Amino acid sequence: MEVQVKKGKGNTLRLLLLSVLVPALNIAIHWLIFLFFRDSGLPPVLNALIAVVWGALGIYSIYYTLNWVVEQYPDQWKRRILPFVFIGPAVLLLGWLLVLPTLRTLYLSFLDAGSQNFVGLSNYAAVFTDRLLATALRNNLLWVFVGTVLCVSIGLLIAILADRSSFEKVAKAIIFMPMAISFVAAGVIWKFIYYYQPEQQQIGLLNAIVVAMGGEPQAWISMIQPWNNLFLIAILVWMQTGFAMVIFSAAIKSIPEDMLEAARMDGAGEVRIFFSIMIPYISGTLLSVTTTIIVFTLKIFDVVMIMTGGQYDTEVVATQFYRQLFMYQNAGYGSTLAIVLLIAVIPVIMINLRQFRREGGF
Amino acid sequence: MRKKGPRRSKWLINTVLAVICIIWFVPTLGLLVSSFRPAADILQTGWWKIIPHRDWAAVDTITLDRETDLRQPITVNGVTFSDAQLREGVVQDGNRLVWENRRARTISVQEKQWVMMTNFTLQNYQTVLGGKSYQITMPDGGTKTEQGSGMSQSFWNTLAVTVPATVIPIFIASFAAYAFAWLRFPGRKLFFIIIIALLVVPLQVALIPILRDYTSLGLNGTYFGIWLAHSAFGLPLITYFMYNSISQLPKDLFESAFMDGATNFTIFSRLILPLSVPALASISIFQFLWVWNDYLVSLIFLGSQPNVQVMSMKIANLVGSRGNDWHLLTAAAFISMLMPLAVFFALQRYFVRGLLGGSVKG
Repeated sequence: MEVQVKKGKGNTLRLLLLSVLVPALNIAIHWLIFLFFRDSGLPPVLNALIAVVWGALGIYSIYYTLNWVVEQYPDQWKRRILPFVFIGPAVLLLGWLLVLPTLRTLYLSFLDAGSQNFVGLSNYAAVFTDRLLATALRNNLLWVFVGTVLCVSIGLLIAILADRSSFEKVAKAIIFMPMAISFVAAGVIWKFIYYYQPEQQQIGLLNAIVVAMGGEPQAWISMIQPWNNLFLIAILVWMQTGFAMVIFSAAIKSIPEDMLEAARMDGAGEVRIFFSIMIPYISGTLLSVTTTIIVFTLKIFDVVMIMTGGQYDTEVVATQFYRQLFMYQNAGYGSTLAIVLLIAVIPVIMINLRQFRREGGF
Repeated sequence: MRKKGPRRSKWLINTVLAVICIIWFVPTLGLLVSSFRPAADILQTGWWKIIPHRDWAAVDTITLDRETDLRQPITVNGVTFSDAQLREGVVQDGNRLVWENRRARTISVQEKQWVMMTNFTLQNYQTVLGGKSYQITMPDGGTKTEQGSGMSQSFWNTLAVTVPATVIPIFIASFAAYAFAWLRFPGRKLFFIIIIALLVVPLQVALIPILRDYTSLGLNGTYFGIWLAHSAFGLPLITYFMYNSISQLPKDLFESAFMDGATNFTIFSRLILPLSVPALASISIFQFLWVWNDYLVSLIFLGSQPNVQVMSMKIANLVGSRGNDWHLLTAAAFISMLMPLAVFFALQRYFVRGLLGGSVKG
């Protein structure tokens, strides 16, 4: 009996030691690898290879060792601790890099440019009064409205056309392809299309078409403000319509055939079928695609940065955020703009949560 | 089988869809074609001139007396022209006369012919990929020395960022998703609701505080820092997606495995992961493309270190500094698109499934 107690005590001590040592060793080892890696200055190919191996193996070894520690515990403890080992890294990462920063940004948005003094709501007032910030807000609304309407309507149109065409697969792949490439690359593609050479042969496709039809070539993305924003939005439409189309296409195919058949029997035309059967049937999909594109468009950054850098009155909230932060060193305005974006997505968060609860939650 | 409409409407649908597809495809085609054309050609003629078309082509050269006074009417083959006419090009008997070299007094005689511009080169790719200097020919016939852009190094950098930034969050999220789906622990519901709420939180909201933490930890401009950032930003969507997939697995599977004495860790790595391969493939493609195409996160966390620049930053810099060097921009953009396009065409099925399974992340 006594021996057993002693052994139990020794065990507890050993467990405690392990529970502290193993996580600490994990952190230490990976921090050392990180330091070595940062200061070694290896050639890029080798660097990439080591990074890949370390990134992949490192994460597995962390879980493996932590799990091993938990396995040393008595059964009932094991059952309690293990879930926290499994969700631990996710919770830590999200807490450190997403949840806490959001709260800290909220706090910073009430401070001045250098994050020294409390300024109340004056940063928020500036969003509506400062010319730069107000332009960014106006343009962002234009992006969200025009971009979303065009993506959703063209996506729906193409989904319906493709469903009845003889080359559905090819058509869908072509429309969908731009989604795979980066906004930076897409920016180069479209900058080339909008390119304007004064007094010379036009090598930009759009100007060449305009000249061929007898018009005057234009500097599309800099001259005709505020319509130049629409030429930038066209890039978003080119890239995101494929997303809307793929999801609509799946939704349309799930409409029961006899429902459409019955409507046709009753003499309903295609337009009538579209509005009284298809639209109500896919309304849930319509809503989720619309909110997804709205959320996406709210944060638009790369396109504007590449095409104009925010010049010629094309600034949006995310580019202005970057400018305030890095060029004007104004963390107050920067944080406020980020919080404005957050406020704009709160309704979507609500919709998602309600949806989750309706689907049964847990 | 969907009932097909009358033949005439089918023809109409096919035509409309084909036109839309051409509009969608031409921008990318223009980029691809231009990236193979010599610098001089790109600036002089539109890329569509590679399609056979009727144009003036030189068939003969007339050499005038070197002393010809250009201010007087110029007599060519018994007809007189002015200098301005010859500069513009003047048509006579179906032939066009235009100065070939005004100073040397040679006139080119041109005839309408079917022509294609089939002058292709790999020089642009060499220049963009390499780090050395290159000689290129300019439109005016002169040569220019050009510094290579070192794209191949940023290609490796992009890979070193992207692969771990895909593997790490998928590991972490899958472990968490398994715990949420099959283990019982206090706070489970709360944590999951937070994750759903984080799905659409704009990442701008987290950038300023993370940047401050990274600066004090020395993580700025390191692979490790950007892996963590990308992992955290991707986690909510990946966890949600993997939860949906893992929670659908049949319950008996776990019960029989537990009966055999398997631990949660072995069940997860031997049973759950292999069974979730399709879901893992879908979400990996998403995260991979997202990180590969990302510009904002790299700009903020890698911006201070030129030697770890990823491709999107490199191209953005090229657009800023060499905005009219289309031979470089097109080649660089196409190199950055290679990987996404390969992934897209090879794994389109998983890509679409990933889209249908989750929304697009914040």
